[in-house]
Amino acid sequence: MSAHTLAALSQRLGSGDVSSVEITRDYLARIEAHDPALNTVITVTAEQALADAEAADARRAAGEAGPLLGIPLLHKDIFCTAGIRTSCGSKMLDNFVPPYDATVVTRLKAAGAVMLGKTNLDEFAMGSSNENSFYGPARNPWDPERVPGGSSGGSAAAVAAGFAPAATGTDTGGSIRQPAALCGITGLKPTYGRVSRLGMVAFASSLDQGGPLAGSAEDCALLLQAMAGFDPADSTSAEREVDDYSSGLEGDLAGLKIGLPKEYFGDGLDAGIDSTVRAALAEYEALGAELIEISLPHTHLAVPAYYVIAPAEASTNLSRYDGVRYGYRCEDPENLYDLYTRTREEAFGAEVKRRILVGTYALSAGYYDAYYRKAQQIRRLIQQDFLAAFESVDVIMGPTTPHPAWVLGDKANDPVAMYLEDIYTLSVNLAGLPGMSVPAGFVDGLPVGLQLIGPHFDEARLLNIAHRYQQVTDWHTRRPAL
Amino acid sequence: MSVDQAEIEKIAQLARIRVAPSDIAELTERITGILDMVDQMQAVDTAGVEPLASPLNASQRLREDQVTETDRHGEFQGIAPATESDLYLVPKVID
Repeated sequence: MSAHTLAALSQRLGSGDVSSVEITRDYLARIEAHDPALNTVITVTAEQALADAEAADARRAAGEAGPLLGIPLLHKDIFCTAGIRTSCGSKMLDNFVPPYDATVVTRLKAAGAVMLGKTNLDEFAMGSSNENSFYGPARNPWDPERVPGGSSGGSAAAVAAGFAPAATGTDTGGSIRQPAALCGITGLKPTYGRVSRLGMVAFASSLDQGGPLAGSAEDCALLLQAMAGFDPADSTSAEREVDDYSSGLEGDLAGLKIGLPKEYFGDGLDAGIDSTVRAALAEYEALGAELIEISLPHTHLAVPAYYVIAPAEASTNLSRYDGVRYGYRCEDPENLYDLYTRTREEAFGAEVKRRILVGTYALSAGYYDAYYRKAQQIRRLIQQDFLAAFESVDVIMGPTTPHPAWVLGDKANDPVAMYLEDIYTLSVNLAGLPGMSVPAGFVDGLPVGLQLIGPHFDEARLLNIAHRYQQVTDWHTRRPAL
Repeated sequence: MSVDQAEIEKIAQLARIRVAPSDIAELTERITGILDMVDQMQAVDTAGVEPLASPLNASQRLREDQVTETDRHGEFQGIAPATESDLYLVPKVID
């Protein structure tokens, strides 16, 4: 079952070869047998899943069709699910049962998807290793001593382990693409505003974007089709038609201009990843694409600018956790100030506190211009680099990460070293562009991701470019033995 | 830019996060490390560059001034730590 792609499962459901209840039971059994060793799922919703599956089978029996009808999925535990605990990986929300569904959840439900459970993540999506979870780290199924990446580490590891054909994730600075790369699966971060943020627990509102993690570009296309679209309840949702993501998958790549930023192939890049990515680029040349060296000269400023903007927005967003309206509240507060400060001391983890404090500092009187305004100016320069590059190339490619998955604990005591792992992904969020990570091979048995970056709202083209590569390679089909 | 412990205490107060006295030194060191990295920004001349707050330069959408929400206060207050008579309860603020 685990080797089946979403597209293949969908066909089997359509032909009546299997029922949704059968495949749902299989995935639940696989989670029960193997997740204790990997810790990818925080909450298994078995009862709900079987009810969803029965409903999907009934809809099919009544003549309804659809690629996601009866397909089991996992949701990152950052998407609100009505009546089901949504923890965001935090003690702060360990008792939080939302009264409503996130728009992404609503849309996938309407398409007939079955929810198997909620996946592990770094607390409030802040992290690149999944080690910052209140529920303990998720582990990489390729080597359980190693991190799966983060923050959507549980989603990526679960898909790689065959616990679901696909999962939802969110990406604020690489949180879909980096774990997809480290776990050897395909992940897509859409253009900012393409997927509704309603009911997606907020981290950095000008950067956050939901998207799919799955076994192939073809599967990501099916998921994104259901997830994307204008949502009047999200003030930054793009009021723009959604393209047909599946119909263009087969498009020819002859003459495709691929930009290779020289800054993405320099110091700090693991030699094995460098050669793996170059081999993938050679495949693209064989498909008729042309490789063109480009420059994104402000790349080295992405990490500094991001680590002002994201913490600043986080410090504002996370001010809502005050122990008054929902979530954790400290015992026996002496007064209101004690209630706020002790609730937040006791229920936020170390990395979340650091980011809130950095953000508070950057926004505080006397420092605003030197930090927040400066970072937003650099954000403009980074976006301009990309827009200039897209005048001469169709897509930008490079490594998703500088290193393969590292051993748990190796970077846990050095926040800045951890931040630098996202050097190739952060700029894409700052610029609001769509990006993908596609499996491109292995270094010492660990997966390597090829990153694809496209112009705003060019997801259909990115999926086409990824799909053609997956037709001539089989890296995306490799799965770890559990 | 390095920050001293007194500044960290001030920021923690602004952010409404209690920091145990035993944690202040390590926290100060970590945040100094982050701010040192962030300070690479200061080497770039950004004179005349318009700040980019949101990637698509979106403007706020307006909608008709109509009631679009139903009253769900029971559900929303049902998950609160403490309520009474439809009000959220906090420790006494005025003697």
